[in-house]
Amino acid sequence: MSLALREKLIFDYSRPGRGARGQWPTVPAGAAPEAVPAGIARRARPLLPEVSELDVVRHYTRLSQLNFSIDTHFYPLGSCTMKYNPRACNAAALLPEFAGRHPLAPVVHGQGFLACMYELQEMLKAVTGMRGVALSPLAGAHGEFAGVAMIRAYHRARGDLARHEIIVPQAAHGTNPATATMCGCVVREVAVGADGDVDLEALRAAVSASTAGIMLTNPSTLGVFERRIEEVARIVHQAGGLLYYDGANLNAILGKVRPGDMGFDAIHMNLHKTFSTPHGGGGPGAGAVGVSARLLPFLPLPIVERGTEQPLYRWLGERELPQSIGRLTGFGGNAGVLLRAYVYMRMLGREGMRRVGEYATLNANYLSARLQQIGFEAAYPQRRASHEFILTLKRAEQDYGVTAMDVAKRLLDLGFHAPTTYFPQLISECLLIEPTETESKQTLDAFVAAMAQILREAQEDPEQLHGAPHRLPVRRLDDVRAARELNLIYQGPGG
Amino acid sequence: MPFIPHTDDDEREMLAAIGAPSIEALFDEIPANLRLQSLEGLPSGLSELEVMQLMAARARADGRALCFIGAGAYEHHIPAAVWSTITRGEFYSAYTPYQAEASQGTLQSIYEYQSMMAHLTGMQVSNASLYDGATAVAEACLMAVRANRRSSAARILLPRSLHPHYRAVTLAMALNQGLRFDTLPYMRDGGHMSLDSLAVHDGEDITALVIQQPNFFGVFEEVDALTDWAHARDTLVIAVVNPTSLALLKPPGEWGAKGADIVVGEGQPLGCPLSSGGPYFGFMTTRMQHVRQMPGRIVGATVDADGRPGFSLTLQAREQHIRRAKATSNICTNQGLLMMAGTLYLALMGAEGLARVAAASMARTAELVAALTAIPQVRRAFARPGFHEAVLTLERPVAPVLQALAQRGIQGGLDLADYYPELGAALLVCATETKSSADIDAYASALSEALRSARAA
Repeated sequence: MSLALREKLIFDYSRPGRGARGQWPTVPAGAAPEAVPAGIARRARPLLPEVSELDVVRHYTRLSQLNFSIDTHFYPLGSCTMKYNPRACNAAALLPEFAGRHPLAPVVHGQGFLACMYELQEMLKAVTGMRGVALSPLAGAHGEFAGVAMIRAYHRARGDLARHEIIVPQAAHGTNPATATMCGCVVREVAVGADGDVDLEALRAAVSASTAGIMLTNPSTLGVFERRIEEVARIVHQAGGLLYYDGANLNAILGKVRPGDMGFDAIHMNLHKTFSTPHGGGGPGAGAVGVSARLLPFLPLPIVERGTEQPLYRWLGERELPQSIGRLTGFGGNAGVLLRAYVYMRMLGREGMRRVGEYATLNANYLSARLQQIGFEAAYPQRRASHEFILTLKRAEQDYGVTAMDVAKRLLDLGFHAPTTYFPQLISECLLIEPTETESKQTLDAFVAAMAQILREAQEDPEQLHGAPHRLPVRRLDDVRAARELNLIYQGPGG
Repeated sequence: MPFIPHTDDDEREMLAAIGAPSIEALFDEIPANLRLQSLEGLPSGLSELEVMQLMAARARADGRALCFIGAGAYEHHIPAAVWSTITRGEFYSAYTPYQAEASQGTLQSIYEYQSMMAHLTGMQVSNASLYDGATAVAEACLMAVRANRRSSAARILLPRSLHPHYRAVTLAMALNQGLRFDTLPYMRDGGHMSLDSLAVHDGEDITALVIQQPNFFGVFEEVDALTDWAHARDTLVIAVVNPTSLALLKPPGEWGAKGADIVVGEGQPLGCPLSSGGPYFGFMTTRMQHVRQMPGRIVGATVDADGRPGFSLTLQAREQHIRRAKATSNICTNQGLLMMAGTLYLALMGAEGLARVAAASMARTAELVAALTAIPQVRRAFARPGFHEAVLTLERPVAPVLQALAQRGIQGGLDLADYYPELGAALLVCATETKSSADIDAYASALSEALRSARAA
């Protein structure tokens, strides 16, 4: 954490007449503003800051120093796979030829880029066991949309028009039911058993001639592997539905077991999780989708194909894929993110890919074991952790009035980003912890020491926890006021 | 092992703490028949040196052409300070700012972004970005259906002069929810939408009218009259705008008597590299009365426990992680880092710099159109004025001409044959401030030659 604990708004640096003039282009002589017809011309300048280049660089550098990030802190945010983002990936994606290439440029000016995209499709097929891959969806939820839209298109193409229900387990990511709604489906929740696996009786009762499909994460959001996945697949397939795999937790099983082999028909992969492209403070992501044979005709556009004549690589569009669910992006997808994922996969290769799942799982099980040894309670102590696991602070809440939120905020004081809190909602006072494979044993041990201190404080000095964080740029923020007295933009000097 | 720090000792001690004999044993809950023996079809790993050599060779194969393509993605100069600052690890490798106390840098930046976009578009609130311009139009249509309580038709008017990819994405995303779309024609002489063509919809229940300014052809629309027509019929107006153009054009908040209701567009021109189509960012602004119908994240200013100012995500009850099946959208990850690029770009440019970018781009396009239409048989398709793009017609198919230009390292524009066959041999061209008179001359003489040799062939 930096010395700068507070930074005014960029607008507060503004002085009339100042500007980053080195950035302003020369307007060629005899040019144009008069060409904008008066009726549609802007009358007053927009309120934008008037600042120097140094103002901008210093302001945003200072703001950056108010953030926790992977580069500065251990960031064990469950379900988010906050692993190290290798710098080579960024350097390669920003090579001037890649960064400067127009999305509608002719394919003869993109054979290098398209070769990367084609090989990325092939590698993703190999690690997931799917038959086809499309790279265009722009994030996980966008990939989910593509997947459910493909499932709907499949049923529709067979004249099976009554299938409008999507089944999701109770503990699913919020995007799953939201996606089903966006695709015009009705959501049906099924219960999860005490062991963390889907309740098969409940599933059998839920499927019907209205079932379009089921959306599952495996390992589930509870941090355990769905052991009866083949039985789940059989039940859903026999009812005429298809299986959708939410790839948020693919990191856990990379190289160990493949969604295609488990019986899934459509999947998305979060390349910004499993394949280590940066999260950028909220995005961008990339949510490539994969499908089994029966959904191949419905993949979203465009897809890269390798032919036999020059130019070797080209885009496939509507003409070649007339049954496609269509175009879901302005252009071909988050190409810069896809290039980063491609570089990451090439660096890891076959051997490295297997080690991802192995060491992510080793780290999670080690951290889970150590935290239980010092007195924390795991939600599923009888189960193997996958790449993440859940602690429940139910007892601490009852005994000392200390909540999961208190622990999370105190961790920030001690120099660790908090785990995911209060998700899944099924488990009360929970922390969902995902260390990832790129963290060392020494970092995990330091985290355990911090958790031990917090446990001591819970017993001896709970106020220390209720009031946390104490050492950050701000203390706990008033979310109620934020929502009640909406202040969403700077209104101007004195505004 | 790339990016895995474990030593043999670490591994041994960790397994001992777990009480497991091997890493393999940690996977014993996965049914044995599903366990993968090997990863066929994947190459062996490369060192950083090897992979960078490979990528450099691939990049060289693509080369750096002289680009006169626009069509929704525009080559503008990106100040060096933009990407050197936003790729700082503290921005680059942070997650969505759920833990507000540990994310004030990202949160304050989003608040500043929301402010800039609201002022640029003349609206009251902005979200923290959507995926891209195309999905932003789709989200705006879905939002209009929620926001327009006087309409029950879920029916949207889409101009044929809207970017064809935006139209395709909107249909692909919104048809599943039962929205209906009608197409509005453009005038063959001017390339704009005529108020007369809307008359067939008088008396109908229309939820929203989409207006793109400038439209896909680069042509200016009569936004005031179109907006007033819509509002007189309780129809909401969705404005689709190019953010650069707003330095010179009337902001949507001032269209007609009441202003547009929802404003969306592609943020790429603001500091995002062309990068073969992404990552870019979609933006969306609206009026305060519709804020609860808006998709995506929103940041608000508030105070902390000591009463000191700070920022946090707000109105989260609209979002999927709280509202699940009843959320305004399924969007979760957005385009945060690109929104940061847009923020730094706007801060560096300011209103004056952005106006100069817009004016220089208009001037270069005018220069380009003059140079190309001086060639026999090259004409301008539409008579009305526009921004930094124009449609030209040739007297022979465009595709082979573009191929000939590509061989000379010139990307001559977008062939409209597949999108607008009714225009004949039509080509959409663009020049921004990045093009010099010499570049334009090079294009004109290459085109002239390509047409000459095509005639001779």
